[in-house]
Amino acid sequence: MLRVEELHKSFGDFKAVNSANLMVEKGQLVAVIGPNGAGKTTLFNLITGQLQPDDGRILLNEQNISELPPHEICRKGIARSFQIANIFPRLTVFRNVQVSVLSQQKLSNKLFHPASQIAVEHTNRILDSVGLLEKKLDVAGSLSHGDKRTLEIAIALGNEPELLILDEPTAGMSPEETRTTMTLIKRLAAEQGLTILFCEHDMKVVFDVAQSIMVMQQGTTVVQGTPEEVRQNSEVQKAYLGGE
Amino acid sequence: MLSEMIRQKSFAVSAIVFVALLLAPSFLPRFYTYFLTVIFVTALLAMSLNLCVGHGMLFQFHHGVFYGIGAYTAGLLLAKTHVPWWIAFMAGPLAAALAGLLIGMFCIRLNRLYFGMLQISLGSLIWAIAFRWYSLTGGDDGIHGIPLPDFISSTASAFYFVLIVLGVCLILLYLIIKSPFGSTLQAIRDNPERCAAVGINVRRHQLKAIVIATFFGGVAGVLFVVMEGSIFPDLLFWVLSLEIFIMCLLGGWFTFAGPILGAAIIVALRTFVGTYTEYWTMILGIILILLIFFLPEGIMGYNYIEKFRAWSKRNAEGSAE
Repeated sequence: MLRVEELHKSFGDFKAVNSANLMVEKGQLVAVIGPNGAGKTTLFNLITGQLQPDDGRILLNEQNISELPPHEICRKGIARSFQIANIFPRLTVFRNVQVSVLSQQKLSNKLFHPASQIAVEHTNRILDSVGLLEKKLDVAGSLSHGDKRTLEIAIALGNEPELLILDEPTAGMSPEETRTTMTLIKRLAAEQGLTILFCEHDMKVVFDVAQSIMVMQQGTTVVQGTPEEVRQNSEVQKAYLGGE
Repeated sequence: MLSEMIRQKSFAVSAIVFVALLLAPSFLPRFYTYFLTVIFVTALLAMSLNLCVGHGMLFQFHHGVFYGIGAYTAGLLLAKTHVPWWIAFMAGPLAAALAGLLIGMFCIRLNRLYFGMLQISLGSLIWAIAFRWYSLTGGDDGIHGIPLPDFISSTASAFYFVLIVLGVCLILLYLIIKSPFGSTLQAIRDNPERCAAVGINVRRHQLKAIVIATFFGGVAGVLFVVMEGSIFPDLLFWVLSLEIFIMCLLGGWFTFAGPILGAAIIVALRTFVGTYTEYWTMILGIILILLIFFLPEGIMGYNYIEKFRAWSKRNAEGSAE
């Protein structure tokens, strides 16, 4: 479904992504792991168009999307969350999610009809599925950190994506919140048949849920395979797992 | 579509104010009727700007240009051609919106402050044309005594016409701000990057907001012609643009009706303080300084009830000790 081939991106002299390769099959839960500064977030920003690659290709369903701006990539079926809670802090929780639902249903340009009456049911259903329905009238900026991260995922779900990309969905969370979030991600994948690509720090979490793991180091793909294959890989053991 | 709006308490209040204003010319002296008309026209101009500034965080620094284009288009058509008045009146807002589209297309590529700077430059070009092209625009003298249809030629009838147009425009602006379009515009204001990531073409959406805002700015320009029967290049000068920008900030740029209040305050200052001293802008400066320190979100942006509760609670706790 998604194929990343020999992707390169430099910032000045620093090679943030240097020959990255990635395969995501439909319905899979794929994780990208690697130490801080390995280029995971840069890779995601390249896939969703926030950054333009210097070289290499990104194919979604065999179609090259590497030159497209973010809003068009979203229209092709990739939605994402960000590492730092990236929400609309002045708007209510409900309207945060409604923004993406309206965009998905191509209603963002509708004039003269109250937004409070449009796409209400659909938005409520998404809020319910992530457990934020009770807080729908809260101002998003006042939510707890964990809830903000969940809201991020809910906003991305509003786009009904084929592929959902989550950039460190549990960053900065307590162990409790991390567990809840990972359960949510697993459930979304199972119930809605979503294809999910995420990156994560916590090794244990990754080996628990992911069906395929890609290991990155200094911007380069070391290996991609099943959790078992990755665990056995000598290079990974030396560079990453052994080091812990 | 209007039903939700009508159910609101603020709508009932607005309707009462509207009816009270309709009666005003029958007992107010002519000067005050005219004074209210000036406030209405300026209020619509500030409201149109606030769609960009408050709801879109687009630093539309030279909105006065579109006001001027609306006024000049209508004024020139009435003074120099024989087209019916209603065509001239329609042409004003359309010309302003077209100019908004053209200038906006260049400005929208830039961010925040640079957006505003480029707009001032492009707007000043248009001002220079109005200022210098004597044969068409009358240059710095402008054009006076523009022939208006009989039914709006008196002070009172101009007042009614302006009030009714203002009422209709405010309802339209309210609906736009509460619509999915307005809702998305506010989301872009808060977080453009996130909006792009949920599939919104941010620049195009902002450009549409500019076109709508400049259209209403053009309506205000036509109302100016109705009120004054004249046009002059000061309408397009950047000082006026700055003034209406201040009206938005003063009244409350994140609120719906804030700019109306801001316009009323500044027009009143200019009219009453301006007759006593030429230094009325000094008072404006002092107000601005106080505003920045104490009410950064404007007079109507401040949650007085909540602050009063906090204050009285503190007092109660203080006296208990």
